[in-house]
This record gives sequence, structure tokens and C-alpha cells, in this order.
Amino acid sequence: MDERTLDNLGSRRKHHRMIRLEPRPQPSILWTYASPALALAITVFVAVFIFIAFGKDPVRGLSIFFWEPIKSPYALTELILKATPLMVIALGLILSFRANVWNIGAEGQFLLGAIVAGGLAVWVTENQIATQRWAFAPIVLLAGAVGGALWASIAALCKDKFNANEILVTLMLVYVANLLLSYLVFGPWKDPKGFNFPQSIRFSDDTLLPRLFATGRAHVGFALSILLSALMWIFMFRMLRGYQLQVGGIAPLAARYAGFSPRGALWTALLVSGAFAGMAGAMEVAGPMGQLTPYVSNGYGFTAIIVAFVGRLHPVGVVFAAFLLSMFLIGGELSQSRLGLPSALSGVFQGLLLFALLTCDTLVNNRIRWVGAKKSEAHA
Amino acid sequence: MSATAPPPRLALRHITKRYPSVVANDDVSLSVAPGEIHAVLGENGAGKSTLMKIIYGAVKPDSGEMLFEGRPFFAKNPRDARSHGISMVFQHFSLFDTLSVAENIWLGLDQSIRLDQVREQIAATAEKFGLPLEADRPVHTLSVGERQRVEIMRSLLTQPKLLILDEPTSVLTPQAVDKLFATLRQLAASGCSILYISHKLDEIRSLCTNCTVLRGGRVTGKVDPREESNASLSRLMIGAEPPLLLHRDAKLGAVALDVKQLTLKSDAMFGTNLDHISLHVREGEIVGIAGVSGNGQQELLAALSGENPRAPSQSVQLFGADIASAPPNRRRSLGLFFVPEERLGRGAVPVHSLAMNNLLTRHHELASRNALAWVSPARSRSLAKDIIARFNVKAGGDSAAAKSLSGGNLQKYIVGREISAKPKVLIVAQPTWGVDVGAAAQIRAELLKLRDEGCAVLVVSEELEELFELCDRMHVIAKGKLSPSIATRDASVELIGEWMSGLWTTSVAAESTTA
Repeated sequence: MDERTLDNLGSRRKHHRMIRLEPRPQPSILWTYASPALALAITVFVAVFIFIAFGKDPVRGLSIFFWEPIKSPYALTELILKATPLMVIALGLILSFRANVWNIGAEGQFLLGAIVAGGLAVWVTENQIATQRWAFAPIVLLAGAVGGALWASIAALCKDKFNANEILVTLMLVYVANLLLSYLVFGPWKDPKGFNFPQSIRFSDDTLLPRLFATGRAHVGFALSILLSALMWIFMFRMLRGYQLQVGGIAPLAARYAGFSPRGALWTALLVSGAFAGMAGAMEVAGPMGQLTPYVSNGYGFTAIIVAFVGRLHPVGVVFAAFLLSMFLIGGELSQSRLGLPSALSGVFQGLLLFALLTCDTLVNNRIRWVGAKKSEAHA
Repeated sequence: MSATAPPPRLALRHITKRYPSVVANDDVSLSVAPGEIHAVLGENGAGKSTLMKIIYGAVKPDSGEMLFEGRPFFAKNPRDARSHGISMVFQHFSLFDTLSVAENIWLGLDQSIRLDQVREQIAATAEKFGLPLEADRPVHTLSVGERQRVEIMRSLLTQPKLLILDEPTSVLTPQAVDKLFATLRQLAASGCSILYISHKLDEIRSLCTNCTVLRGGRVTGKVDPREESNASLSRLMIGAEPPLLLHRDAKLGAVALDVKQLTLKSDAMFGTNLDHISLHVREGEIVGIAGVSGNGQQELLAALSGENPRAPSQSVQLFGADIASAPPNRRRSLGLFFVPEERLGRGAVPVHSLAMNNLLTRHHELASRNALAWVSPARSRSLAKDIIARFNVKAGGDSAAAKSLSGGNLQKYIVGREISAKPKVLIVAQPTWGVDVGAAAQIRAELLKLRDEGCAVLVVSEELEELFELCDRMHVIAKGKLSPSIATRDASVELIGEWMSGLWTTSVAAESTTA
């Protein structure tokens, strides 16, 4: 924010007090944590007006977003179910973003993970290969991770060899992945007995991920995602490789001075974030879906970007942020069925939250000062 | 006021400007008469730049008043300042390399006139003030001194009543400084007032007739510099005289760093290509490289540090081993350490703590040696505490962010980090650039101590004074070529100044015939 512009605005309204943003000597630790909270408060505040504008009771509207998803054990398992892929994708993205590698196309890597894992499950099912849930789970998750990593490696290769912008390449590969998935489920992988619906056969029961609780659809992927969060913390803050990646992100010249390889950082960031997104895709098809359809993703890959930022690009913060955004997703669906509001509302709230967060983050490095009218007279 | 005593061209009264963490100007008053060359002397961070920005309308003071030609006036912005006759030449040039001199000046003018009128004005002004400048030459073919003339010309065409010059000699050879001073004296004689900002005492004493000294944002003295000594000015500026350095006789060891016929094309668009550079540094000596910035220093340092590993094979050797294509961390493990010119963002990660910044160059010691390379925060912290204590760094502990330190303290920390790694060869770029006098003296003393302990030290600096103080031998770099070395006791400022323009071939030939 330009201090002088604000100053000029202030001096035009001569006798009013004016706001001035001053850079802080040190970033505020308080605001690092308070900023997401304030952003959420602003989002809720705006949401109230949106509900009123649609002629709905705002209290009921808010309760659908913030109470319904946690009010019963079953609701909680659904919350966990949707938080799991968000968390896994976002854990990969925070590493990438911290390394200043802007992988915006986690959605595409998620889809490729779903395709590879789904293809494997279809093959196992069709050939009636005997397996067990606990034995097959690591295999199918690994397959998804490999699929996602390979998809992301295209972007890494383009950046490495041709200096092609990774934001554009990863984003455009989302559409390619989408078309690839559509081609498969409309074409070669279509279930012959599926009444011509664009979907694969249902995977055999033994290829599905083990459930976590007696009720609900939550699966072992959730336990794995908590483990991944711990591993990511260790990698980022206790291992030299993780440190090198982050230095490359915030101070590339310092990384070069130290001798940390920028190519290594690029490849690590994209392969890890791609693998995580792909694994999330495998969790989704081998978890609640049980088959491949064109609608494997709920936009998880894009929502996870918001999770990463709301979670302060921190492996523990991401866990909480994933639950918050999972609430938004469930709230969006419920508001469609209960209030007759478009489910796109969920996307509106996501956008609002990110927008408010980026604005509130100004306060981490700046403070607001109210300046009296006296000073503008001194210049006159 | 009577007609015989005209009002001062510029008068500042009780100017105060506060920033969140520092008071940049505290009750500063000064007055400049028409045709006077007035020095503003102070260390980096003393508040000189803020004061000039206030005069030039780029910063608004919190309180105080300014009189210009006897009338209260605060420029709303730099354009307003220029239209009232206040002009400023900044330390860093803002010129388009691909345009000609006249086009550059034309672009910077506020009033709209035709290009050929600009050419005429340049010719007229050049003649009037002894400021030779070819209007049609493209700027990228100009030397640094000539580029500065373009900036000064741009200011003069606005017919200023007050010209502000910010550290104008930091990029000039000694000979170019003499030419600049002649122009400035002529300009002052024509009635223009000049505010001359510097921290170089000799220059101020030879050029200026009045001097306002700032320390920590406050005025600590108003003197006639012609009647002062360097020591007395230094006392006003820093509150003490700089300590003398102890220079023992060199005890030379083996050749540590050997550069052989290094030729390397620059990666940058207007960078300098290195042309057959040869030099060596022995254990127990300090070798200096003088030169105006932009003559290949960056490229040479990158080839030596390993940041650019594309030097031809065998052209850079460490104790006889070829390291031309070794990356920086490999060179460090062989004993070659490097202190870069930029502290923030290169020598240290600004937002990381001092302890974490140790990992940049000391990860060989601080991370576990297995493939997983575990980092121990406790060991980084204790190393940071050691460096802070041993090198007397003022910092809020080992967890202070690098960017929270003052320039001098961060430089002490970075130099300390590299010295405490017990290097066999240490390369230092601009060891005291932008550092206060006390810290500079301490850093120089540490470098001399390191040399006495048998380390080979290579110093690249633009400050001749510093090189004469530190070095046993000196080279000069100009246009990507390196001069032969000369023992410091045989060198003079004049000779090095000549060499800085690339003219060593003649003088070396002359010397070898007399020898």
C-alpha cells in the first residue's frame, strides 16, 4: 500500500482524520494468527447480508454452514471425509508455495491420481485378482501419488527446459486432465452394463480403502493425512532439504550464494505437491466414490489453495483450515437442499474468505495509525 | 531585510521527521546562501537523505518550516520542487541505456520543447560550465562519470537555484572527481547554491565553504570545513576519532587462490565480459581489487564464489585443485568462503533469524552428515550466540530476524559468520559499504587479524582509502580487464586513479623501462 496515496486522499478531506498505514519494524506475531480469525469474521458478516438479500433467515443460514456439519457423529464423519483430500493436497501446496513455485493446478494432479488409482482398481476388479483392503490401500495410494507426480513433472520439465511459467502450465494441465478423464469414462473405461452413463465399473469391495469408524464414510486417508502433516513439519523445520527449498523461495540470491540448487527446489516442490494431490485423488476414488466418474473432484484442488493460505502455509495450520473449508463445502450443499440457494454459494464464501484474508494480512507487516487534521495544516 | 543582505536561498528551521522505529531528523536547522557550496556531512543513517527528500518534496516533515528565497515553502512533490528551482542529482542514475544523451534529458524535462532545442541547450550549458557531453551518443557507451554528467546536465537545464547532490563521487575515479569539482565551483560562481551530501572528509574540505554535520538525526556542528582537520570533522560526525589499524609485516605462505587467464562472457544484458584475468593470493596476505563499480567486479566475484560455475576449466584453482566449475558449497568445504556485497537477500535471508541464517554457509557443520541431513536448531543458536559475542554484534539475540539489524551490525554478523568458519581463503566484496565508521574499523581489524593468522584474503572495494588501509598488494579492474598487481607502499591514489580508467599499459611499460 502506498503511504503517499493515502496521505493525499487524507489531505483532500482537510478537516477529517485520516488513516495511515505504517510499516512495522517487525512482522506482528499476533496478527499472523489473528488475521485468519478476522477474515472469517468479515466473511460471516458479509454472509449475513447475502442471506438477507436472498430473503433467507441469516441465523438459519449460518447454522447450516457452521452448526449442521458438526452436530452429529455422522455429520462429523462427513466433515472429516471432505477435509481429508483438502488437507493432503494443501500439505503439498504449502511446500510448493514456500519454495516460490506456484503450482495452481493441483486439481489436475488430483484427477490424474484418481485416473491412475481408478485404472488400477478397475484392472484388479476386472481380472478378479484376490486382494485385501489393508494390503491394497498402500498400493492404490502409491499409484495415485505416482500419477499426480508425473502430471506435475510436465510443468517442472517445461519450467526447467524452456522457462515456461509454472502457473500457466499447471493450470492448463487441469483442463487436459479433465478431458482425459472424460475420454476414459465416456470411452474405453465405460461400464458396459452402466446404461450408457459416463462411469467405470464399480471397484470390487476389496480394493476400497478401509473405513475409519463404524458409521460414516471416513476412511484411513484421514489418519494418513495427520501423519503427513507431522512429516511435513519435520521436513520443513528439521531437515536441511526443507530449509533449502524455503530459502530458494524467499531469497533466491541467498540460495544461490549458499549453493542451494534452484532446479532441485523446483523439481522437489512440484513432484511432492503433485504426489500429494494425486494421492488425494486416489483416496477419493478408492474411498467414497468406488468408481470413476467425470465428477471425481469437488474442486478440491482449487479449494486446497485457499486451505493453504488460510492455514498460513503451515503444516499444522492447514489441518484446521481444511476443516473450515470442508464446512463451507458441506454448508454449500446443504443450503441448496434446505434453503433452495445455489450451491455456488460455497464458492462465493471461499472467495470471500481468501479475499478478506489477503486484505487482513496487510496488518501483519503494517499497522494502522489515525492521524489528526493538525498535520495537513503544517504543510499548507 | 536590507538590500545589502539578501535572504538566504534556503533556510530550514526546526525540521523534525519521525519514522516508527527511528527519529530521522530531530530539530534540524540549516541555511544556505546564494552561490554557496554547503556540505551536509554524516554517516549512513544520520538523516542526510531524509533531510534532502524533505527539501525536494519527496517526504513531508512532521514539524518545522522551510524558507526558500525568504518565503515559506514546502514542495508538494519533486515536480513542484523543480518548478521552483530546486533540483536533485541522485546517487543512483535513472537513465535509459538504449537512448541517446539528448533523448534521456528530453524525457526528464518537465516542460515540453523540441528535441533539437534540447540539443542546443545541452551544447550551450556544456560550454558555460565546462561539462563536455555529446548529445547524440547512446547512454550505454558512456562511462560512469559521463553518465553522471548526463544527470547533472538534466538538472542544469531546469536552471536550478538550488542543486542537491547525493554522494556524487562514490562512483567516480579520483580524476573524474577533480573535473566534477571544477564544474561545481563554476556553477556556484554563477549564483546557484549547492547542497553537497557526503561522508568523505577530504572532499568536503576541498570543495565546501560551509558544513552542517548530522549525527543520529541531530545537528552536531556547523563549521567552515576549510578550517577543520579530518580528525575534528570525524569527531563531530561519529563522536570519536577512528582507531588506527595495526599492520604487521606479511608472513607469506603457499599460493592459495590462483586465477589463470579467466575469460568469461557475462550473462547480463549490459554486463561486463571478463577478459584474461590473472591473479593469485598467497596465505597471509590481503590482495585488493580497486575499480569503479560495473567494470566486471560482480562477474569476477560470481566466478570465484561459485555462484557462476561456468568458468573455463583450470581457470580458478584453490591450492592447485581446479574449482572452476565447483558449486559454492563444494568450494566452502575446501576452505573458500565469501562475503557478498548485498547483505539482505544474499548474504542473509531477511526474514529468517540469525541462527537460521547460519545454515546458509555453515550447513556442513550444522546438519547431520547422513542422507537425511537433520538440522539441529540448538546448534545453530549456539553458533549464533558465539558470533554475536565474539564480534560484538548488537542484535536482539540469536532469534532476531536478519532484517531487524542495522547495516553495520548485520555486516559484522555476516563477516563474523564467515571468519569463524576458519576459512583458508576469504573473499570479501565491499566489506564496509554503508557501514558506520565504528563497525567499519572493527571489520577491517578482523580482516587484518585473519591475514596474520595465515588466511589468504581478497578484498574487492570501491573505496580506495579502505584498500590502501588494508591491502598488501592491489590490482585494478577496468572494463573486464585486470591490471598487474602493485605493492600498496609503491602505489599512489593518482596512479590507481589512472589505472581505474584502464590506462595501466602505458604506466607499466614506463615503469619497466625505468626498472
